[in-house]
Amino acid sequence: MEDKIRLLSMEHITKRFPGVLASDDISIKVKEGEILALVGENGAGKTTLMNILMGIYQQDEGVIKINDKEVRFHGPEDAFKAGIGMVHQQYMLVPNMNVTENVALGYKKAWKPFKLDIDSVRKRVVEVSEHYGLYVNPDAYIWQLSVGEQQRVELVKTLCLGAKFLILDEPTSALTPQETDELILLLKKMKDELSIIFISHKLNEVKALSDNFTILRHGKVVFEGKTSDYAPSEIAAKMTGHEVKLPENKEKDMNGEVVLSLKDVCVKSDRGFLALDHFNLDVRAGEIVGLAGVSGNGQRELAEAINGLRSVECGTITFLGEDLANKSPYYVIDHGMGYIPEERNIEGIVPPFAIRENFILKDSDKSKFSQFKFLKKKVINENAETLRKDFDIRCPDTATSAGSLSGGNIQKVILAREITRAPKFLIAVYPTRGLDLGAIEFIHEQLLKKRREGIGILLISEELDEIINLSDRVAVIYKGSIQKVLKHNEATRSSLGILMAGVKE
Amino acid sequence: MDVLINILAMTVPFSVALLLASIGEMFNQRAGVFNLGCEGIMAIGAFVGMLIPFLVGRGGAVPLYYNFVGIILAALLGALLGLFFGLVCVTFRAPQGIAGIGLQMFGVGTAGTLFRHFVGGTQSIPGLPTMPIPALSKIPVLGEIFFSHNIMVYLAFIFVPISCYILFRTPWGLKVRAVGTYPRAADTMGINVNRTRYEALMVGGALAGIAGAYLSICQAKMFSDELIAGRGFIAVALVYFGHWHPVKIMLGALLFSLAQTIQYNVQGLGLSLPYEFFVMLPYLVVIIVLSLTSKNQTMSPASLGKPFNREIRA
Repeated sequence: MEDKIRLLSMEHITKRFPGVLASDDISIKVKEGEILALVGENGAGKTTLMNILMGIYQQDEGVIKINDKEVRFHGPEDAFKAGIGMVHQQYMLVPNMNVTENVALGYKKAWKPFKLDIDSVRKRVVEVSEHYGLYVNPDAYIWQLSVGEQQRVELVKTLCLGAKFLILDEPTSALTPQETDELILLLKKMKDELSIIFISHKLNEVKALSDNFTILRHGKVVFEGKTSDYAPSEIAAKMTGHEVKLPENKEKDMNGEVVLSLKDVCVKSDRGFLALDHFNLDVRAGEIVGLAGVSGNGQRELAEAINGLRSVECGTITFLGEDLANKSPYYVIDHGMGYIPEERNIEGIVPPFAIRENFILKDSDKSKFSQFKFLKKKVINENAETLRKDFDIRCPDTATSAGSLSGGNIQKVILAREITRAPKFLIAVYPTRGLDLGAIEFIHEQLLKKRREGIGILLISEELDEIINLSDRVAVIYKGSIQKVLKHNEATRSSLGILMAGVKE
Repeated sequence: MDVLINILAMTVPFSVALLLASIGEMFNQRAGVFNLGCEGIMAIGAFVGMLIPFLVGRGGAVPLYYNFVGIILAALLGALLGLFFGLVCVTFRAPQGIAGIGLQMFGVGTAGTLFRHFVGGTQSIPGLPTMPIPALSKIPVLGEIFFSHNIMVYLAFIFVPISCYILFRTPWGLKVRAVGTYPRAADTMGINVNRTRYEALMVGGALAGIAGAYLSICQAKMFSDELIAGRGFIAVALVYFGHWHPVKIMLGALLFSLAQTIQYNVQGLGLSLPYEFFVMLPYLVVIIVLSLTSKNQTMSPASLGKPFNREIRA
């Protein structure tokens, strides 16, 4: 049981879901102390493969071997016993329990018949967190912790359960750039004692961390190699199947008029403190203003205030000559505001609704789609077919529920709806968060196309490359006000990083 | 003063049925299943509980242990009904609200029908005698209020700290809390979500059964169709009122019983208001208190009412 995992291999794994071949004859191998990056676009089958390794799903064909001996995992418990642990992309922590209790859920050594030996769990948590330099407060409740802290808890939890072989499913997708750097450093240190499989589609991380990489596409292994032998662009090309060059905004200034102007705007956060503190910003027609900042500095509140979703305490939001402050969302939409919200599954779509219904959410009462209060089914279906083709939305048909699509396709549904409504302005909040390269490329192109048509765009993002590539001007937000506005040519990773951290020259 | 002591001394035993049923419902809800059928299980428990001593004694004196046979049988049937509810809502993933109403009607209807068949009309049983605790029951005022009741009252209140211990200090309690809040996380930690929910439903059902038997054996010393009188639903409300915590649930049960005993006593005063007004009062208290306390739900079992399916992403 306590044997080291010198070699773990999955051989010829095939897994079918109704209508989908999620894993098609996949084989991978990981040696002791090695970090393997499992790379591929969304829906390529990476997570499914790892769920099979953890015993959460059962493979239809193929075998898993540890040290050349076949093993069968009927559930995650069997995998823990063999020393394999997984940190899921969506954290598996019970929010109304504390850190120690969350670890205790899997720490069966502390399970006495009539007593949970919580002290021994707590001791183990402290021990592991000190050993690996992962600071966590064992008594903190999960709902009190930030995303970065929750991730540390996940790592500690997995290590407490005795994992010598770690699976990390897109560990950086919800982290800020600083937290990401810290995590990568940490994992490099842990490499001496552990083997790691690391799922990602962020190639700079793959490059920084892994020894070898395996690329999956549509459930198949399409390429394997040694990370140091390939440049990120080569890996990207192999991953998407074509050369990827993210578009850049190299066009000249449109010199448009100011269309959106925020003056001394104050907005309260959910917890009641000032999230926006006398915030000032102008955006002109035909320009993209990137708003850079570590998330939680007022970005969410800004987008909500403009779109009528949050009350404004003071100041004005002038949009094409009218004050939008404290107007209803309907009023704001009706005046030509397009909005790509942060939470695509909660705010962007109604998940159980069909794709074609999601396309008309903002226009169901317009004469284009309804007459005498009845929906025009035919027009709606045609509209959906057109958008599906134009935006390359991959779905069985437009009657499919939007919630069942992958993140990238959901984002395309939202983008299609917002852009084709012919907005006069567009606010895009973290539009590419968690998406793969192909989808990012598409969304960036669409945003630039809108800019060329003379639409003003406010792009809120924490991906610095995205901001630098697309923006005409970059504003940095820190603690609810604008730290500085930079011209396109002044904005670099380092200059933005310093400003985002709150340092003013 | 005597009236006040009298009211309080009635409040304590009156709260027992609510207390047991709502702690049972708390285990259900902590595990993520919402059992509106509590009322029905209580009705079956009440009928079965009184049936045993009635069949043995036919209204006359009965050896004491037959009462306990009745209570234990009520608990077993309650657990069985909990298991059945699990089959419907956990395995077949039926909507819990509808299934719960179904179980309520089934329980109340079945108990009433069987009662008419086996017992016929109103028949009383001797029930459990009061068992004052030596020394403690001699304390002025407090002795009468707290320590001069039948044994089930003491056991029910001792069960409050025990249920806290089960919920917060045992592996089973940990599992129950996890599957009710974030079943997917529990699943990845190797915990069998559905099995845990079944177990919690059986515990909850057994407690509801005992609560029903308490009503017929210890409180009314008889059975009738109206015996439960909505207490199963009040128990569900008390779980929310008590924020899924046994001690707060106990306070809620005491508060409701207090309102009810005051109501009985005020009715006796012969005020000129219609009596229905007083009967309504305790329920009004529940509605008002619930609407005032429902704000803070951070500790609520977030997956309450949602079936779990490993291969389908919510």
